Amino acid sequence: MSDPHSDHTEVDPITGYDTTGHDWNGIRELNTPFPKIVIWALILTFVYSVIAWVLLPSWPVGRTYVPGLLGLNQGEMAVEDFRAMDAKRDEWLARFGAEDFASLQSDDALMARAMPAAERLFQDNCAACHGSDGAGGPGFPALNDNYWFWGGDPETIAETLQFGINAGNDDTRWAQMPAFDWMERSERFAVADYVAALPGGQADETAAGAMIFADNCSSCHGDGGIGGMMNGAPSLTDASVIYGQDRATILQTLRHGRQGVMPAWGTRLTEAEINLLALYVSELSRNAAEEGK
Amino acid sequence: MTAAATLSRSERQIGFGLAFALALLGFIMAAAARHGVMAVHGAMALVLGLYLVFRIGGAFYEPEPSPDRANQYYDAPTRFGIWMTLIWAIIGMGVGVWVAALLYWPEATPAVPWTSFGRLRPVHTTGVIFGFGGNALIATSLYVLQRTSRTRLADSISPWFILIGFNLFCAWAVTGYVMGSTQSKEYAEAEWYADLWLVVVWLVYFTLYIRTLARRHEPHIYVANWYYMAFILVVAMLHIVNNLALPVSFGAAKSFTIWAGVQDAMIQWWYGHNAVAFFLTAGFLGMLYYFLPVRSGRPIWSYRLSIVSFWGIVFFYIWVGSHHLHYTALPYWVQTLGMTFSVMLLVPSWASAGNAIATLNGAWHKVRDDATLRFMFVAAVFYGLSTFEGSFLAIRPVNSLSHYTDWTVGHVHSGTLGWVAMIIFGAIYTLVPQISGCKEMAWPRAIEWHFWLAVGGTLIYVVALWNAGITQGLMWRAYDENGALSYSFVESVQAMAPYYLLRTIGGAMFLSGAIICTLNCRATFRSTPPLHEASDRPLNPQPAE
Ligand code: HEC
Ligand code: HEC
Ligand code: HEM
Repeated sequence: MSDPHSDHTEVDPITGYDTTGHDWNGIRELNTPFPKIVIWALILTFVYSVIAWVLLPSWPVGRTYVPGLLGLNQGEMAVEDFRAMDAKRDEWLARFGAEDFASLQSDDALMARAMPAAERLFQDNCAACHGSDGAGGPGFPALNDNYWFWGGDPETIAETLQFGINAGNDDTRWAQMPAFDWMERSERFAVADYVAALPGGQADETAAGAMIFADNCSSCHGDGGIGGMMNGAPSLTDASVIYGQDRATILQTLRHGRQGVMPAWGTRLTEAEINLLALYVSELSRNAAEEGK
Repeated sequence: MTAAATLSRSERQIGFGLAFALALLGFIMAAAARHGVMAVHGAMALVLGLYLVFRIGGAFYEPEPSPDRANQYYDAPTRFGIWMTLIWAIIGMGVGVWVAALLYWPEATPAVPWTSFGRLRPVHTTGVIFGFGGNALIATSLYVLQRTSRTRLADSISPWFILIGFNLFCAWAVTGYVMGSTQSKEYAEAEWYADLWLVVVWLVYFTLYIRTLARRHEPHIYVANWYYMAFILVVAMLHIVNNLALPVSFGAAKSFTIWAGVQDAMIQWWYGHNAVAFFLTAGFLGMLYYFLPVRSGRPIWSYRLSIVSFWGIVFFYIWVGSHHLHYTALPYWVQTLGMTFSVMLLVPSWASAGNAIATLNGAWHKVRDDATLRFMFVAAVFYGLSTFEGSFLAIRPVNSLSHYTDWTVGHVHSGTLGWVAMIIFGAIYTLVPQISGCKEMAWPRAIEWHFWLAVGGTLIYVVALWNAGITQGLMWRAYDENGALSYSFVESVQAMAPYYLLRTIGGAMFLSGAIICTLNCRATFRSTPPLHEASDRPLNPQPAE
């Protein structure tokens, strides 16, 4: 038997081909003819490439490039796609930029269409701080309850969103819990005990702490800490907390002060989106009220 | 027999001098930096240099190796390289499993900076690509080069310089990351002085390769050497161009790349993809072209195909880096070229995989019975699968679904676990008995265990992440009928939980296999061989040095 592709007569019994005659430490190579299918595959992929080069922007020529018969421009295509999507959304979203909250809220069909979108907007922009259900966490206030610093009606929330809190712009809401590190330690302990007892309604109004509170704190937190002064200082009598109303956390608040930052969204979201979110957040607390929170 | 005992007295002198120079270099680095990452790295080099000074000094007056060593292959460096391969496998894959677990249990991250995901991830990639893959390439290339040239390495110092120098580079790189030092270029995170050091190591490597080839006693250069040389040469080019940077000062680790904007991105991915091509593919094809025919006892199926695929791979790969930058600020025309060359690249890739599988024709009974050969067979299959997937993912519209998702990570690991790691294990199980003078590995059954753990782990990993990636891609692009996104981002993260858990399990299986392999190699290296078996062809006799 001999290999039809060479003159050699030493043939590999399994494939029927001769070897090339090379031998490296026992490795030999068969003289298999070049497989036709590889050539066909190369031609096929090359034809695909040529078609792509003709249709799409491809080879560079001097300072420019072959633009392609389809005349595609990825920048324009992206912008067009965004515009098309925006236009589709604007069918309903535009109304949130133009109408007042009462009329928006009364349109059930509109709200049913908008609230799922608002939920995703909330998840993508707000949940990282306020929690995916709006329940907040240490340092970040709960939005799904009925306790507010600034107010829970859609108009007020929209303004909070627009300019933020302590967000470093001219119109931002500003709120600061000053540090009381100048106070005697014993006084701080006394007032902390008083404040810690406020939410339970067990606070002793005759204790030294109550006096210190009235002198130093009630100007911002209201008499007896009931809040409602619309200056960003929370009520200290209710169940909701930002940082915590246990003694240790209060002492930390008193020693170092607090100034939480809520970013301004006016530069990132459209007015319609902000109004949509404001309605969504006020909805969250309304649901909470219905559940008796 | 210690490594120093394989060196002649004059070589020990040179080695001593080099070790001293390394210690001095380390001292200068540490003194110039005084504090920070570079000082720590200087101290590492100083300690390593001093250790080598004492090692070589202590063995200085030991008897010299027999003069007829010129007629034997020099395998001591390969043996050391295999050890380093295995050590890095455990470090790199161990960290891989750990970061995989962190993605499932992010809250388990300890509150110390150096254990953060961002720092450990490059420890994983550098550890496995350069530590595990690089050492395996260097160790096997020296082994293959000598056998296919029927000559001893051109000298006995360079291989040690290369291996020790390369491992110092890897150690500098990963310790730098945990200390927060990085160039922020994927697979090229190591800072400027480590990069310069690698250039020196690489030049010595290339020179040794050429010098040894020049002394060969075979008329032709075997195709495996072509692949290894392409690996060495092109990696040098990529490494130098991508790492061009200006250090902030010569006494600090921080540097800034000289490339800017989209050019920087393009150069990075020209480097990044060709790291896949010439580090993780060409070099390992060299490995495949030697160990597969040796283990199966079959001739390479087609000589012509092996040559044509070599040039095809070298030519097409260089163009395709831009497929990593589809739909970015990179001009469309560059993307089109990257896409079309990626598609044409499939042909030489499949030709190589096909040539490997066809080589097994007539040896299928061995594939069935011999786990070592099965490792190589599976490697060739995964090589074919992942190159097909790669060409597919490079098509722009497909990429718009897959990009930035875990599909990419799944694709990477079908290549690195299924192809790179499998061919390394196949090569290790073939050459470790050989250089230990044994007939086979100490625990042949353990190879079987390792094989199934590796295949099972790879399949679990890859299938889980295919699902993960496609799910992510579809969730991100879904809009509802009102034109709003159907899913928030965090929902797409939550959807990943089961897949990340599966990936951790698959990875842990793969890691267990690697540990078994390491123990098996240790037992084989330590066993006293019944007879020193020379299954190699004898070297062409050389006049004694
Ligand atoms: C970076 C974290 C962060 C993000 C993101 C964030 N917030 Fe806030 N938000 C805060 C903090 C902190 C406060 C409390 C500020 C303070 O302590 O005075 C706050 C306060 C608020 C308030 C005022 C509550 C009241 O009682 O008056 C509203 C309403 C609010 N956030 C809504 C949102 C919405 C809607 C989004 C998404 C668009 C959002 N927040 C995103 C941190 C954040
Ligand atoms: C200048 C106004 C001002 C004064 C005076 C003031 N506070 Fe506040 N306090 C605030 C503001 C504003 C916040 C909310 C800070 C934030 O959200 O970052 C706050 C927050 C707190 C909190 C944290 C509530 C929580 O839910 O975690 C406590 C406790 C508190 N104040 C106690 C006191 C006590 C006790 C005093 C008197 C010693 C006092 N404050 C005086 C403005 C004030
Ligand atoms: C024990 C098995 C392994 C496990 C568990 C594992 C796990 C991981 C994880 C968790 C990541 C990060 C993914 C992310 O950021 O989302 C990763 C990335 C990567 N791994 Fe592995 N890995 C393993 C083995 C390997 C091996 C053997 C190699 C190469 C030889 C490798 C190469 C890579 C590369 C290149 C990346 C970067 C991928 C990208 O940026 O897209 N891995 N691996």
